[in-house]
Amino acid sequence: MSTYADPYASSRETTEGTVFSVTGGDWDSLVTEIGQAKEERVVVNMGPQHPSTHGVLRLVLELEGETVTEVRCGIGYLHTGIEKNIEFRNWTQGTTFVTRMDYLAPLFNEAAYCLGVEKLLGITNDVPEKANVIRVMMMEFNRISSHMVALGTGALELGALSPMIFCFREREKVLDIFEFISGLRMNMAYIRPGGVAQDLPVGAVDKILATVKDLRHSFKDNEKLLVGNSIWMKRTQGIGYLDLAGATTLGVTGPVIRATGLPLDLRKIQPYSGYENYKFDVVTADTCDVYGRFLIRINELEQSLRIIEQCAEKLKSLEGAPVMVADKKIAWPAQLAIGADGMGNSLNHIREIMGTSMESLIHHFKLVTEGFRVPAGQVYAAVESPRGELGAHCVSDGGTRPYRVHFREPSFNNLQATSAMCEGSMVADIIGAVASIDPVMGGVDR
Amino acid sequence: MSQDQPEDKQGMFGAHGTGDTSGYGGLVRSEVSAGSAQRPFGGYFDQVADDLERAYPDFADAIERVVVDRGELTLHIKRDRLVEVALILRDKLKFEMSMGVSGVHYPDDKNRELHAVYHLLSVTNNQRIRLEVSVPDTDPHIPSLVEVWGGSNWNERETYDMFGIIFDGHPGLTRILMPDDWQGHPQRKDYALGGIGVEYKGAVTPPPSERRSYK
Repeated sequence: MSTYADPYASSRETTEGTVFSVTGGDWDSLVTEIGQAKEERVVVNMGPQHPSTHGVLRLVLELEGETVTEVRCGIGYLHTGIEKNIEFRNWTQGTTFVTRMDYLAPLFNEAAYCLGVEKLLGITNDVPEKANVIRVMMMEFNRISSHMVALGTGALELGALSPMIFCFREREKVLDIFEFISGLRMNMAYIRPGGVAQDLPVGAVDKILATVKDLRHSFKDNEKLLVGNSIWMKRTQGIGYLDLAGATTLGVTGPVIRATGLPLDLRKIQPYSGYENYKFDVVTADTCDVYGRFLIRINELEQSLRIIEQCAEKLKSLEGAPVMVADKKIAWPAQLAIGADGMGNSLNHIREIMGTSMESLIHHFKLVTEGFRVPAGQVYAAVESPRGELGAHCVSDGGTRPYRVHFREPSFNNLQATSAMCEGSMVADIIGAVASIDPVMGGVDR
Repeated sequence: MSQDQPEDKQGMFGAHGTGDTSGYGGLVRSEVSAGSAQRPFGGYFDQVADDLERAYPDFADAIERVVVDRGELTLHIKRDRLVEVALILRDKLKFEMSMGVSGVHYPDDKNRELHAVYHLLSVTNNQRIRLEVSVPDTDPHIPSLVEVWGGSNWNERETYDMFGIIFDGHPGLTRILMPDDWQGHPQRKDYALGGIGVEYKGAVTPPPSERRSYK
């Protein structure tokens, strides 16, 4: 370290050894000083504020030279107490909380939660067909937008800039669809217990099909950039190795376990929302490495497009069909409509409750302020999110508010595999391994 | 409330007791407990129970209760038998994956206030079951399952962090989501949500935990 006292880059002695603070620009002096130390072992904090740790993940690395001997994850920097807060709102309001957990896959959070609530209510089979088709379509669009971020940022972190630009361009098209259908680009609270918040707008099917065509064409650009690219393959092949035994014991799901050759996809093995009615393939790889996970995500895009096309076919014959359960004691009473000042309550609905029907007003008031009662008991409902099995453990005490809702977040479990993937590898390969897990800290910390 | 004897339905807005539906009675929590199920359980649950009984002679002693509700099987297990049962479920019945541990706090369930709930998945047989272990608040110890399913590590840390359940034998049971020096366990029912009221033009909206409850 330099002779003058730099208040931002200093070293101090602790019982564990010398602690260096690095602030940038002082790298040479730091290396000189570390080089004089007898011990080879260096402990480095990577994150929580690091551009390639997917948000606020903190990795504590123990290094010997460039080799990583130990990795520990520090999480909790984005803990927002969503599970606690839900207990103080009614069941319907819960959707607006859970949609904010894994912010890249909001529709999956809503779907898992709503499937759990519907199972508790015993109305799983009463959800109208059109609502199920819309759910599946929105989830598959969401899978595409989430994989776009995974691929784009993953490539960016390994130094490939163009894929990020391309991926975010494609993601934008999907977000436009979300905005068109639900009014919001993320955190939509669109899937509700009993169905979806509102019907598709006029012209939705044509717009969806046009977007699918557009996306299929653009995905080819992405593939050309990375698949078979020799630099990309050198950075990803054989990196972040995790085999089937490791993935099974660690509870790892999603593309990471499918990259070990196991076709574990809940859409196939335990279908929900009518996934058994669609033709699609479960994509696997047998390389157990970052490249395999990357290929799975690339190939899942096409499978999602296939499902969306089948949804669009079904939607053509479902025009005007209901999108919410018929039971008015559960269905959200407010009807939304587009007015001159944007989306809001339907004027026809307000005219009815304020002008003509006292009973409708009482019903609206009770359902909105109080919510519906959910029979006591507990259920576990799981969906295949872009990152793996997203499960909702919902417990009801028979009241209008959840007694306890716990989410089995795939990012949370998958992140445990970081140590298994990275220990013994080079520092630079940690970035690729973490990117291939694709953790979203909003989901990990909840 | 028992699930094999469903309560009398009085409509979804059923008013109980005094009939006061204004909701100013404050937050009232009721007890949740399910009654035991009798055979046949239906579906693959009988098969799972048969296999477990065959593979584990102490079945009757270790399992407190079997609950089948809404198409899901829950085995309530005595805590000192948890590791044995888990090992048999993993090795003999092919429940290869543990999908996590979630805690639930039932303050009214005397001497069984804290529940740890394990969701198991068998990839081989495409089956799911749930294990539930209940311990008293005064002695919140449950043996750790990290040796059985390595992925339980973080899940148990989270349940410790949120409920204060101590998993004996865990390799490093520390807080995971809350800061290390945090006081209390936030997901317990006796831990206040907190929050402050919001005033707008003279009217005050109380914080969520102090708003009316309709139970």
